[in-house]
Order: sequence, then C-alpha cells, then structure tokens
Amino acid sequence: MSKEIIEELNEAKDVQQGRREFLKNVCVSSVAGLVATATPAEAVVDATNPDADVTVEEFFQGHFILMSDEEKKQAIARLEKRYSAKYGKKTTVSDVEAPDGVLFGYALDIGKCIGCRRCVHACVKENNQSRHDPEVQWIQVMKMPKGNISFSADQLDKGYPEKSEFGDYGVQVGGNAYKTAGFSTEDAQNYYQDDLVPEKDFFYMPVQCQQCEKPPCVKACPVRATFRDHAGVVLIDYNWCIGCRMCQLACPYQARHFNWGEPNLPAEEMNPKTHYFGNRPRMRGVMEKCTFCVQRTREGRDPACMEACPVGARKFGNLLDPDSDVRRVLATKRVFRFKEEAGTYPKFFYYIG
Amino acid sequence: MKTALSFAMDFGSYAIKGGSKYYAWLLFLAFFILVGSYTAYQQLTEGLILTGATDQVTMESFFANFIFTAHIAAAAVLVVAPGYLYHRKDMKELAVLGEIVAMVFVATGITFILFHMGRPDRTWHMIPGIGFLNFPNSMLSFDTIVLNVYLFLNLFGVVYILYKKYNGTFHEKEMSRWFTAIVFLAIGWGPLIHIVTAFVLASNSRISPWDTAVLPFAFLTMAGASGPALIVLIFLLIRKTTKLVIGDPVIDLMTTIIAWSLGILMLVFAAEIFTVLYSGTEHAASMKFSMFGHNGLNMFVPWFWVIMGALVGSFAALLFRKVRHSYNLLLPLVCFVVFAAILLEKPMILVFPAFSPSPLGEYTEYHVTLVEFFNVLLVWALGFLFLTLILKGAIGILTGEVRHDKSSASSQVGA
Repeated sequence: MSKEIIEELNEAKDVQQGRREFLKNVCVSSVAGLVATATPAEAVVDATNPDADVTVEEFFQGHFILMSDEEKKQAIARLEKRYSAKYGKKTTVSDVEAPDGVLFGYALDIGKCIGCRRCVHACVKENNQSRHDPEVQWIQVMKMPKGNISFSADQLDKGYPEKSEFGDYGVQVGGNAYKTAGFSTEDAQNYYQDDLVPEKDFFYMPVQCQQCEKPPCVKACPVRATFRDHAGVVLIDYNWCIGCRMCQLACPYQARHFNWGEPNLPAEEMNPKTHYFGNRPRMRGVMEKCTFCVQRTREGRDPACMEACPVGARKFGNLLDPDSDVRRVLATKRVFRFKEEAGTYPKFFYYIG
Repeated sequence: MKTALSFAMDFGSYAIKGGSKYYAWLLFLAFFILVGSYTAYQQLTEGLILTGATDQVTMESFFANFIFTAHIAAAAVLVVAPGYLYHRKDMKELAVLGEIVAMVFVATGITFILFHMGRPDRTWHMIPGIGFLNFPNSMLSFDTIVLNVYLFLNLFGVVYILYKKYNGTFHEKEMSRWFTAIVFLAIGWGPLIHIVTAFVLASNSRISPWDTAVLPFAFLTMAGASGPALIVLIFLLIRKTTKLVIGDPVIDLMTTIIAWSLGILMLVFAAEIFTVLYSGTEHAASMKFSMFGHNGLNMFVPWFWVIMGALVGSFAALLFRKVRHSYNLLLPLVCFVVFAAILLEKPMILVFPAFSPSPLGEYTEYHVTLVEFFNVLLVWALGFLFLTLILKGAIGILTGEVRHDKSSASSQVGA
C-alpha cells in the first residue's frame, strides 16, 4: 500500500479523535422505559439482562452505511464509551474507509501449510471473538489424508462384485473403491487434536471467508446488514443484523459464525483497537466472520493470520497492483479457488507452491 | 361504530362460552402457554444458545415448524376454492372457516420466525422507510411480503364475511364484485406463499437436498395432504359438537384431496430419491445420511423410515372406501397420522439432516433442547387457542346464534 494512502488514513483518524462530545449518558433503566413503548416484549428482555447495556440511540440507529457523517460520529462515540466502560480500557472504534484503487486478495499455499493453527488463534486474539462457551473461530483447518494412505495393495481383491462373466473387475463396492484421496472434504477432519503437526500422511487446508466477488450471503441478507465494500471485502454491520441466518445458509464455505449466546470476551484479553465493521465486540444474536482484519488492512497493515503464519504459507495484498505478493502468486503458481462450482468467484486463492 | 363494538362483544362472549370439555381444552392449551412463557423468556434473555442449533445445523425447530404452518395456511384455500371456483354451495358457506385456518396459521408461522431470529427486537430493520428491505435480492424479503399480504387478505375476508353475516346484510347474490376479487386473490395467494417459502430454501445451493426443482411440488403436495387432514379433523369435531351442518360430501372432498396429494407426494419423493441415489454423486450424501446414517451417526434414520412408512400407509388406507367413510374412527385416525407425519417430516427429514455433510464435510446430529421444545409448544398452543376461539365465534355467527340485535337498529347508522 502506498505511503500517501496511509497518510490520508491517518489524517482521517485524527479527525475522529475530536468527536467524543456527543455522548449522551443514558442509564439502562431509562432505556427500558423508552424502548418498552416501542417493542414491549424485547425491551423487557434487554433491561433485565445485565450485559445488554444498549442505549436507546444505539437501538434506534440506522444502517451505518446510510448514516450521515454526524450520525456516524455519534454512533462511534457511543460504542467507544460503552466498550471502554465494559472492558475497563480505552477502546477506539475506527470507521476508516477502505482506500481507493485497492482490491484485497489472499493466497494460501496448501503445500506449505503445516496445520499448526497459529493463524486460527491469532485471529481469535485479534478479532475479539468469544473465548469460551463456545470459542468462535473464523478459520477452520481441514486435515485431509494424502493418497498414499487411502489405497493399499492388500485390499485389491476385496470388495465385490467378485465374480462375473466379464471378469472380476466390474463396479467395485468396498475394498479400495470408497477411499477418498487428496483434495476432498469427504474425509476431512476439522477438529484434529494432534500433539505434533504436520502429521506424515496428511495435508492441511485452512478455510475462512473467501471474500467472494459474487457473495451469496450478500444476496440472501434481507436487510443488507452484510455487504461488499469497494475494496472487495464482505462486511457486516453488527448493529443492523437481525440474526435470521439466511447468509449462513447461503455460504458454501461455512465461513459465517453466529453468536448463539452472549459472547464471552474476558476484559484482559480484549483488543481495544477496533473497527466498526471489524473486530469490535459483538453482541448476542448476530453473525460474524473474517473481514481480512479490516481494522488492520484498511490502514495498510497485514491481516493477523498472515503475520502469525510460521511457514509463510499466507500471502495478502492488492489484486490491482501487479507487484503485490498475491499477483505474483497468481502469475507464477498453479492456483485454484475452493468450490469453484459454487459460482462465487472468491478472492481467496489456494496454490501448491 | 356501535355495531362494530357489539359485534366484537357478542363474538367474544360467544367464543369463550362452552361446555366443560371446551374449558378443559382451553386449560390444556393455557398450560403450555404458561410453561412456554417462561422458556420463551429464557430464550429471549439468553439467546438461541438454549436451542439445539449450531453453526453446522443452523436452522432449529422453529424454522422447521414455520414451514409446516405455511403448509396448513396455504392448504386452507382448498376449502375456499371449491366454493368460489366450482360454485359448490355447501363449501361456499364453510369458506370462512378455511380462511380462519389460513389466517391463524400464517400468524403462527410469523411467530415461529420471530423465535427463529437472533435479534427479534430488530425486526423493524425490515420495514422499508425506517429500515431497509433487500428487495428483490433476498428471497426472505419476498417471503415476508407474501406472508404478510396473505395474513391481511384473510384477516380482511374473515372479518368482512362474519361482520356482514352478523348484521344480516350478507347476501350471496349481491356480494360485491370487489370482495369476490379479494377472495380470488387469496385463493391464488395461498399456493404463492408456499412456492416462495420453497424458494427461500431452494435458493441455498450449498444445501444440496434443498437445491432441487421438486421442492415447491413437494411442499404443495404436503400442504395438500396435511392441511385438509387438519381441516377434516376440525370439521368432524365441529359437526359433532356444534349445530353447524357440515355434510358428508364436504368431508369426502377433503379426503379425496388428501389421497391425491399423498399419491403425488410419493411420486415426488420417488423422483428425488431416484435422481439423487442412482448417480450417487456428492448430492446423494445427505440423502444417504437420512436413509442409512453415516459412521454411526444415525439418529435420523428411524424417523426417515417411520415417516415414509406412515405416508405410504395413509395413502394405502385412504384407497379403501370403508376407511374414507369411517367418520368417527378410522378417518380421523388416518388424518391425524398424516398431520403428524408431515409435521415431523419437517425437522427430521427436510431440515436437520440437510445440513450434513456441511461444506467442510462435517456430519452433525441435532438434539432438540427442552427450552426449544416448550417454545415450539408455546407457539402451537397460541395458534390453536386463537384458532379455537375464532372458530367458535364464527360458528356462532354461521349458525345464527350470534346475531345483531335489530331492536337497537339505530346503531347501524354509524356502521
């Protein structure tokens, strides 16, 4: 990313600093009274739940993208105040725009990946996911058997049809017939608990949000809470999401994760540098997913998963810049997209280095 | 205005009057509403984590039951249609009962969706103007529109007919053209809510069992079986316990519709099972999981075979004239089996197993939690409570027991 863009972004951030005087101190009890007139059933719930300290303004706020600049400032100030109080540390919520002339892309070398899941945990740490009951992980690593353990010579005569007029080699059932080999989700293990990785007969493939160019989740969302920004990243306004989970149904990558309960984020583990569409703490009943670390990448930094990778299997960059790592991978390696047949055109590419 | 008030008063007071069995039924429903209120409160405060849903099986029983209520609501047009399209006089008089069933179960379905949502307090985000409705991209936005329009079409139809009959101003011949048009619109709209609901599911190409063109047909035939099954049960009960006359031909017509629907449904299932299993591609994985289980995960297997057996068995039973005309024993029994089988088909065959294998190859079973179970019962109990009360009041009007008192005729001026 060029220097000018970063400077521009920093300037934009400085403007942000002076926008805190719009705070309104509305205590939870008055919230209950006011909200109750609008939606009786749910308001009672919010008031009795100590975690749901959502102010009236936050309840009635519109879609962030459609807000005026003034409303955006107020929304950000509200959130910063609420988070700072809740987690006991100065929390910033950025709403920095994506830089122009950028299309973010990712490339991952499944030849190099050793399945250590450092990216998974770096992601959890960076993005303020729920830490327990359950721990929400935006990256899932599939462990898949290599072909050499799928087939064995001593199984050659196993299976049937064993005898037929045309020889014994008809349609095979059993034996080696039903063995998957190589790249297939069928025998993938997503919850392996190995002491040592990589295991000899397996290879690994991390899957996260593929930031599709034609995202089915964006199409499915009834309120446009999820949308694609001009840098090609699919984002969610957590305050606008109604929790209907149609996007989760539509996603062919199992990349979307729902907050079934109130997220458990211990204050000491909370990352206070957040972005409105990125890693700010979420609430119960909304969807979340990988944003290519929007809070980092919009400021010219690399995603946390990429920084954490010990073998350099992950490459991130601007797809419009011919000199970026990703473009170099696309130009020189044999690249494929996961589930090409889904017609989603991901900007997340896999290759075998 | 006064007439409207006395209509509401007379209707209400007749609806809550009944024998001891009637009160026992209401009390029975009230029990589930009471227990359900507590579990609903729990779910609203702690979130959907109290249900059995996971990121793998992301649709819970509420969603499955919603689809079923759409079945019944859509099928209620089968009571209205013969009267208005084929001018069957006996059916035309009962049309309002069908509209009541449609109205109540659409409302029940919408309640299920509120339970399904992670943030029911943000429902207003869908209202165009103050919120944003992603129309026409999102299939759910179509479904929302279609369901709400159907609800209000039927609500209007029911209130109009009952109010006119209450006043004694409802005349078959003079029925205004605009009202007939609304009834016809409602008849057309019934299948529509169903087709759109099928499209909400079928629009998700990653869930291969739903990604099939037969889904709307499966839904329509299942609606044609389960809806009339409930209506036969209701009609048999009504004619046994009230003065409203419902002739055998009406019941027979409903039974015929059930039998035909089950027959076509079997073809739809057979077509799907054949298409998927013969080629045995990855699209067969979910069907195989339903039918035979996967590596010991086989909780859905018994449900699959029992429900399929029940559907085939009911179809076979309805081929016998003796069963069809056994109004007091066998017919209600078969209708109950059809109703229950299709109700249970929704979670146990259509929804839960469809999520296995997941896009990353995971197989997941689903265990309904107690909170979820009682919330489902709560919504059903609410639905049946309103159904009972509204039907009771409507019967009072249809039989002429509830009439506007002409002695206070001056009040009609305001109406």
